Amino acid sequence: MPREGLRYQTYSRRALLLAGLQGIALAALGARLYYLSVVNGEKYRLRADKNRISIRLIAPERGEIFDRNGEKLATNTQDLRALLVPEQADQLEPTLKKVQQIIDLNDRSLTRIRQRIKRQRQFVPVTLAQGLDWETFSRLNVEMPKLPGVQTDAGLSRLYPGGEAIAHLVGYMASPDEEDVYKSPLYQLPGFKIGRQGLERRYESILRGASGTRRVEVNAVGREIRELPPREESLRGNDLHLTLDMDLQKYVMQELGEEAAGVVIMDIANGDILSMASSPGYDPNEFTRGISNANWQALLKDPRSPLLNKTVSGQYPPGSTIKMIVALAALEQGLITPETTFYCNGKHRLGNHTFHCWQNRGHGKLDMMQAIAKSCDVYFYEIAEKLDIDFIADMAKRFGLGATFDIGVDGEKEGLVPTREWKRIFQQEAWQLGETLNVAIGQGAMLSTPLQLAVMTARLASGQAVVPRMVFGDSRGSSASFFQPLDVNPFHLETVRRTMAMVMEEGGTAHDYRRRKSATPLAGKTGTAQVRRISLAERRAEGGVIDNDELPWAYRDHALFVGYAPVDAPKVAVSVVVQHGGGGSSVAAPLARRFLDRALAPKQSDPEEQA
Amino acid sequence: MAAGSMFAPRRVQKSLLQRFVGLNWGIVLATVLIAVSGFAMLYSVADGTWDPWASRQMVRFGFALVLMLSIAVIDIRYWVALSYPAWFAGLMLLIAVEFIGDTGMGGQRWLDLGFMRLQPSELMKIATVMAVARYYHGRSQMQSRSLRSLVVPLLLLLVPFILVVRQPDLGTALMIMAGGLAVAFLAGAPAWLFVVSGIGLAAAIPVVWQFLRSYQKDRILTFLNPESDPLGAGYQITQSKIALGSGGMTGKGFLEGTQSHLNFLPEMKTDFIFTVLVEEFGLVGATIVLALYGIVLTYGLLIGIGCRNQFGRLLASGLAISLFLYVLINVGMVMGLLPVVGVPLPLVSYGGSAMLTWMLAYGLILSVSVHRHVTIAPKGSGIV
Repeated sequence: MPREGLRYQTYSRRALLLAGLQGIALAALGARLYYLSVVNGEKYRLRADKNRISIRLIAPERGEIFDRNGEKLATNTQDLRALLVPEQADQLEPTLKKVQQIIDLNDRSLTRIRQRIKRQRQFVPVTLAQGLDWETFSRLNVEMPKLPGVQTDAGLSRLYPGGEAIAHLVGYMASPDEEDVYKSPLYQLPGFKIGRQGLERRYESILRGASGTRRVEVNAVGREIRELPPREESLRGNDLHLTLDMDLQKYVMQELGEEAAGVVIMDIANGDILSMASSPGYDPNEFTRGISNANWQALLKDPRSPLLNKTVSGQYPPGSTIKMIVALAALEQGLITPETTFYCNGKHRLGNHTFHCWQNRGHGKLDMMQAIAKSCDVYFYEIAEKLDIDFIADMAKRFGLGATFDIGVDGEKEGLVPTREWKRIFQQEAWQLGETLNVAIGQGAMLSTPLQLAVMTARLASGQAVVPRMVFGDSRGSSASFFQPLDVNPFHLETVRRTMAMVMEEGGTAHDYRRRKSATPLAGKTGTAQVRRISLAERRAEGGVIDNDELPWAYRDHALFVGYAPVDAPKVAVSVVVQHGGGGSSVAAPLARRFLDRALAPKQSDPEEQA
Repeated sequence: MAAGSMFAPRRVQKSLLQRFVGLNWGIVLATVLIAVSGFAMLYSVADGTWDPWASRQMVRFGFALVLMLSIAVIDIRYWVALSYPAWFAGLMLLIAVEFIGDTGMGGQRWLDLGFMRLQPSELMKIATVMAVARYYHGRSQMQSRSLRSLVVPLLLLLVPFILVVRQPDLGTALMIMAGGLAVAFLAGAPAWLFVVSGIGLAAAIPVVWQFLRSYQKDRILTFLNPESDPLGAGYQITQSKIALGSGGMTGKGFLEGTQSHLNFLPEMKTDFIFTVLVEEFGLVGATIVLALYGIVLTYGLLIGIGCRNQFGRLLASGLAISLFLYVLINVGMVMGLLPVVGVPLPLVSYGGSAMLTWMLAYGLILSVSVHRHVTIAPKGSGIV
């Protein structure tokens, strides 16, 4: 059948042709596959691993802060938290609503959560709440299947067992600023905090430690499937050991009570700061948890400025505590000898201006030693008339006034030691002799911090350039053997030290508070710094100068005291400034004596050890 | 002359049992093996469980296998008689989906019959090949070569083509077209015509581009440069290539595919199941499955060489080429050789429509094989 045969031939030829094309197509597929999986196999294997393996950071455990006796000032405590992974939540708002039935979320934290979710990558967890109690935490865990994207986690948060007593020193921790979140991947870990104030901030790099990494297998939406070894553990931060004696610090804070005051207690031999107390304090733990607006406003508005570390940031006229420096300057200049006498009738005239002694009726005739012991102002007016201000300034600086010591706490201020040059530059005026008279009794432009006054006292007591330190093992602090002798005649220093001892004796301004019986004798100097100008009219009025008790708090004098003990072998120096506290002898001196007693008291050993 | 004797009238009437025994069981076995590889991959995609996909797929395949074998043993002359009616029935269903079809994947494609969702365009792939084969069966060599003989086949092709394009489902429409044209080519339509129209089509691409839906344009643009949008439209193809390539020579092992089990791959149980297979079984596994497809399809294409009737020859080869395109488009797509057009891999991908098409078509191909000695009059079988 030719017709069928022809059709068959055409068909066969063409079918074979198509079969050939089909074979070529299949071979092309095979070749492509070979190209992908064998030629480029390694490349795609790497890309597949890059897809599935994610490197996650492990937050390091922060180093702790200890006092000199090993008491914990800052430590880490378990913190139960609720987190939300935005991409795993089906819908954000309904989930948040459901969470709110379990955890109490206020509007402010809701706003924060929403903002955070908007800014962060969607698989980075956002902290919903922290510091949960066990009940809430377990309830959340039970409800978790109904709350897609919500996770719970037990992390570490910072705790300051010392509380208010050390708030100004250690500072506190806070979440990194929103704009800083991208500076380090660590900052994106939920609940990660950085030192925001004080030693926590200053020693951030030491305390933080190094983050570790773990490799996890993740799926396409970033959910962790399992961990792939090996894990690189994080490195715990280093501990910080302070020179502080927490027992003493707590005692000082307790004794200061409600006063606005700054106290520094130093070990003279090595500069160790045993106590650095600023009253009133605040609770740094409140900042860790996130302080409420009401409490924050209260702290800001308190006239006693609780947020200010008065020991380094408070700048006060040193008052009569400067008199040792002025006397030393005069002695070194050969202007006076310890025996040089002047007559005090209660006032001193310079041109048409009258300078008053605190003792209205005058001290009569006295020598330098009596002048310091009784804190006679007129004696120092007499010296100041002949003493150049720059000599006083030079001597003040040798004793650490006008200097900062970089001890690691926040806000160290320089105070002010006025000189001719300072006056010229900052006030564009020539120095007036009257100003020297004011400076000589620690008033006028002269300003100092309690820390500087403590350093001054330690240097007076030891004759060495004592440098304070707060942190052990910090290169900034130096040990006793490195302190240089001061460039001051030791005989003159000894003379001044004897006058400081006389302050506490019969006839001295702080005689009432000298140590009774056989207790260790101490030396010191009172100071009362005027904060208001006393008008002529007030002095002439009946009753004279108004008593501190009758003045509003903010106009009262600052009460100061600097001192050291024991007299013969000085060990501990102290400075006390009570803001608007009244008289140095009546308010500051008794406090200082108690602080020195406590500092020198033999350590109470562990009662269990005794038994 | 051997060929002459082959066409000599012979009385061949086998019993149903004889025909059943005479089936090409090698091809049946290869088909089952392909389907089994599909079950394994569906088991893997479900993270090592039979539910919900592998088990259902197996039940479906069981039914489809019975259907295929039944079709294979039915006298081919019935199928000759049913060719045109089948085409008309398919046409009616296509028109029906125009009005009452369910929308899915961006177009109207499904007809919900209550117990199953029918995709008329799939059935039309088979019906068109049947109708065109039936037409050329009645044409002599001379008639087949004439241009006039192309009028009816082109109508048989273009009407369903246009209806399917409107759904819109360009991929299936082109496959309907290709199957029908393959039959015309094998029947003897002028070869130069195919070359010329090929060139013409290439020239028409810019015009066609204007009529494409935005998702179709996206697919093509992404295909040309998948890395341009690695997280958007290009994500699928990029991840698929990573999975294929990372499988290497022998693969990552059964249930060990990371791209699939960690959900980096899209559409794993359907369009991209071949990718899962290659990731877990590597080039070796892929070659075995592709070879099985090659054997089955080449058998279908060349079965007509031993067949005494033109209808059978054209039907078997046309269907085989249609099914081959199915495989080629899917595998080419997951490898990044062709645009992502949403074509499943028949028998392996999860889903009933593609499997049904494949098994119906192979029922017919096996029927051609069983009835290769039957002669059929040009006007038809006279049975119906």
